[in-house]
Formats: sequence, structure tokens, C-alpha cells
Amino acid sequence: MLVYGLVLGSILTLGAIGVSMLFGILRFAHFAHGDMMTFGAYIALSFVTGLGFPVFGALPFAIVVTVALAIAIDRLVYRRLRRTQPVILLISSFGIAMALRALIQMIWGPGNHALQKGIQIPYRVLGVAIKPDHITIVVGAAVLVVALHLFLHRTKLGKAMRAMADNPDLAAITGIDNERVIAWTWGIGASLAATAGVFLALDTHLNPMTGWHVLLMVFAATILGGIGKVYGAILGGLVIGVAVEMSTLMIEPAYKPAVAFAIMVAMLVARPQGLLGGRA
Amino acid sequence: MEWAGLINYGVFMLTLAGIYAVMTLGLNLQWGFTGQFNIGIAGFFAAGAYASAILTTPPSADHLGGFDMPIAVGLLGAVLVSGVLALLVGLVTLNLRTDYLAIATIGIAEIVRLFLKNEDWLTNGVRGVAEIPKALSTTPLDPALADLLVVLAALAVVYGLLERGRRSPWGRVLRAIRESEPGTQASGKNVFAFRIQAFVLGSMAMGLSGALYAHFTGFISPEAFDPEFITFLVWVMLIAGGSANNRGAVLGAMAIWAVWAGTEFLTGKLPAEFTTQAGALRIFLIGVLVQGILLWRPEGLLPERQDGKKRG
Repeated sequence: MLVYGLVLGSILTLGAIGVSMLFGILRFAHFAHGDMMTFGAYIALSFVTGLGFPVFGALPFAIVVTVALAIAIDRLVYRRLRRTQPVILLISSFGIAMALRALIQMIWGPGNHALQKGIQIPYRVLGVAIKPDHITIVVGAAVLVVALHLFLHRTKLGKAMRAMADNPDLAAITGIDNERVIAWTWGIGASLAATAGVFLALDTHLNPMTGWHVLLMVFAATILGGIGKVYGAILGGLVIGVAVEMSTLMIEPAYKPAVAFAIMVAMLVARPQGLLGGRA
Repeated sequence: MEWAGLINYGVFMLTLAGIYAVMTLGLNLQWGFTGQFNIGIAGFFAAGAYASAILTTPPSADHLGGFDMPIAVGLLGAVLVSGVLALLVGLVTLNLRTDYLAIATIGIAEIVRLFLKNEDWLTNGVRGVAEIPKALSTTPLDPALADLLVVLAALAVVYGLLERGRRSPWGRVLRAIRESEPGTQASGKNVFAFRIQAFVLGSMAMGLSGALYAHFTGFISPEAFDPEFITFLVWVMLIAGGSANNRGAVLGAMAIWAVWAGTEFLTGKLPAEFTTQAGALRIFLIGVLVQGILLWRPEGLLPERQDGKKRG
């Protein structure tokens, strides 16, 4: 159970970092994030089944295509709406989510797909069965998070990004190119989303609703950690992942999203700034 | 024969458009006037549909009840159930800012869906509730026409009440909250109470709409309504018609429903091998349409009537 929780938590973390960063920079909850995850996973699927790539060979392509899509949507739609209230962006992203999901259905059909065929032989560690995929997912997520940390703290662009999340006007005065930072934020958010989508497809199966179904949990993780806080998103993702999987010991598994939601609401009421004190 | 078929089709479509219009009016009260971002519309819709269905169906072993009550009681029950649900949700979440409210309402809709699907004793689970009685079935009216009359009557009542509310001091307070919450607070209004009222009343309209739908189709199941799709369509209707304008909300519902029905007509012309894709294509087009509206005509077909100050 704990293993499943950590696996789910890793995936949620990758999604939540993207949502959290986008919120920090653009000030709106990106409702199309789940469907971006799905999209990335389907791109990987095409490379795996169509061209015979291994899953990890397909991942970079999935990332590149998803990033291109995210930046294209931003340029075409979101950028023009940015001058209005952030809530218009929220509505817009909801529409994008629907359109994206419909597009996925048109191209790949509504059915279930598996990214990897065949049964994996689980390792036995201290009497716990662990599938190789699980290790890949957790380690992969950890590597990405460390890379992101280095990026945000060691590079000029990363610092600019953090500055802009703190105060966009002040950042603009000091000569930071806001549009460039926004494009990079989409790039990072979409890369992590595509990776999360591929991991999710590895862990379970893939259909057009896959990403949407975890979106609520991703939001819960984001809020739990403190919206706009990258490290909060990591903590939030793991807490929600473990709590949701553990809850199946007591509650029917069908209510998993409800558990994540209950934690989120409790958090919003008790401490809206999140565990690590983001923006309330 | 041709004409009779066309009229029947028109009556059918108008009834559904009317059901959506009731929901759009409810959302208009929440979003248009008060600025509350509810994307859990389908949750209140489903709660209302089930409440009325369970109250009015003949006794059945498959689900709770039925209590075999008159349809008027069912509609009233639907309004009450969705109102109570909205009150509970509202008390917890309405102090939150817009983004949080959005996420919270979508969570509620998801929980309602899971609940209806998994609690067999109450709702017969995925098999759904059947034999929901039709409105005015004892009168000599044609059943389809009777449905239309009931829906239009409900729409007229909701519209009348909301228009009255809009013109009243109560409506002005709601708009004041939308424009500036601290300002409203400073002029001595209990902002939270007004927000709760708007949220509950709007959700009641959604519940009523759900009940009308249940009596119209005669059968409901958790799979019968695609929750995100209903919510999305209602939002598109409101934005297209013009939020904060009740006439716009009704017009938007009719117009978008016509567009939606029209795209079905178009995709129906596609070769048969594309039929599975057709539904997705229609949703995709609506998704693109909403981006176009937001970009080029954010105020909608009928913008808010300016009684005084311009909207910020």
C-alpha cells in the first residue's frame, strides 16, 4: 500500500509542480493540466506502438510535442486573455481541457491502451512486492525534482522565474523579460505533465479520461502544499498519494478522489496558505 | 409526415434547450451577478434529478423508495435537496477565493457522481432509476407538448424571480460584491450571507433543471449525464449569451443548443466510419468556439445592461 502511495504521490507531484508554477506566474488554476498529461502519454504511445520505440525512448518526444502544444496554446489563446481578469483564463483553460480531450478521442479513439505489454515480475524486498515500473517512476520523479531545484536556484532564468512569481511588476522593472519567463514556465510545466502522463500510463492504463481523473488529486496536492510553492507541491503530492492509497484499507476504493478532496477541503478551511505557506 | 416529424423534433429540442436555460439562469445568478465560479453544475443537476426521481417513481426494490408522490412534490424535493447540498458546500467554501471555489465545486460534482454510482441502496447504482413518471400525463395533451409546457413554465418562473431579484436592492448588493467585496463590507452589508443566498438559489435552479430532465427522459443513471460536458455547455451558454444578463442567459442557452444540434446535423453527413469521432469533433468545436467568444466578444451576445457604473 505504501509503495502504491509513493508511486501515485510521485506522479501527482510532477503534475502539482506544474500547476503550482503556472499559478505562481500566471495567477490562474490551469484546468487543462490533466488533459495535457493525457496528451503526453498518447504521444508516447504512438511512438511505442507505431515506431517500436522503448517507453523511455519515446518519453523525450512526448515531452517535446507536449511543450510545443502548451506554448502554442499559450500564444494563441492565453496570452491574449492575460490582460483581462485571471478568472477568464480559468474558463478558457476549462474549454481547452474539453477540446484537448475531444482531440485525443478523435485521434486515438475512446478505448483503453496499455503503454507496456506483458506482465512484469515483481521484486521481493523485505516481503514487499515491488514492480520495476514502480522503481522507475519514483526514481524518475526524484531525478526531475532535483533537476528542477538546481534550475530554479542555480540558473539566471530560474532566479528570474522565482522573482516573477514573487512580484511580476518588480521583476519587469529589473529587466526580466516576462514573456520569456512565461514561455519557460509552460515548457517546464508541460514537460513535467507529459512525464507524469507517461508514468501514469505505465502504472495503470491509458484512456482519454486518465488525466482528467487525476486532476482533482493534483489540485489537492497543490493546495495542500501551498499554491505557488514548488517544494510544497512535492510534499503535497506525496501526502495525498499515500493518504489516498492508505484510505483503501478503510473506505471503498471507488471513493479515492473523495479522500483527496476531503483532505483538500479540510486544508482550505484550516490553513488556506498550505503546509509551506503559499499565497492564500 | 415530414412536417409532423420536424415539429416533433423542434418540440424535443426546445424542451432540452429550456432545461439548459434554467441551469444557465442559475449559473448567471452565481457567476454573472455575484462572481462565484461554480463548475460543479452537474453535481447539483444530478442531485435534483435523483431527488425528484426517487420521490415520484412507484415503489421499487432496486432503489430507495419510490414514494409515488405527485411530480410537483418531486420538483419541490429536487429544489430542496440541491439547496441543502449547496448550503453545506457554501458554508465551507464560499469564503474562499475564486480559484479555490472552482476546484472545490468540481470536487463536489465528482463526489456526487461517485456517490450516485456506488450507493446502490439509494440509487440502484449504474443501472439507474427507471419508470420516472411524465408530467401532466393525466391530461389529454400530447406528452411531448406537455413536457415542453412544463419546462417553459418553470423557465418563466425562474426568469421572473431572477429578474425581480436583479432589479431589487438585493440584486444590487450582489453586483456590488462582484465589483468590490471590501467596499460592500464597508457599507455594512453581510457579504457572506448574500454570497450564500446567491449560491444556494442558483444551485436550486440547477436542481430544478435536473428534475425537469428526469421527468422528460423517464430514466436516469450516473452514466446518462456526462458531468463535465453538461457543466461546460452551460458555461459556454452563459458566456455566449452574456453573463449578468438574464435575457442573455436564456438567449445563449437557445443559441448554443441550436449550434450543438446543428453540429449533430453536420456530423451526421460524415461517412459512417467516422461516427465514433463525430461526438468528439463536436465537443472540440464547442471548445474552440468558447475560445473565440472569450477572445473577440467577451461580453456575449447581450451584454449586461448598464444601470450605472461600468463593469470593471
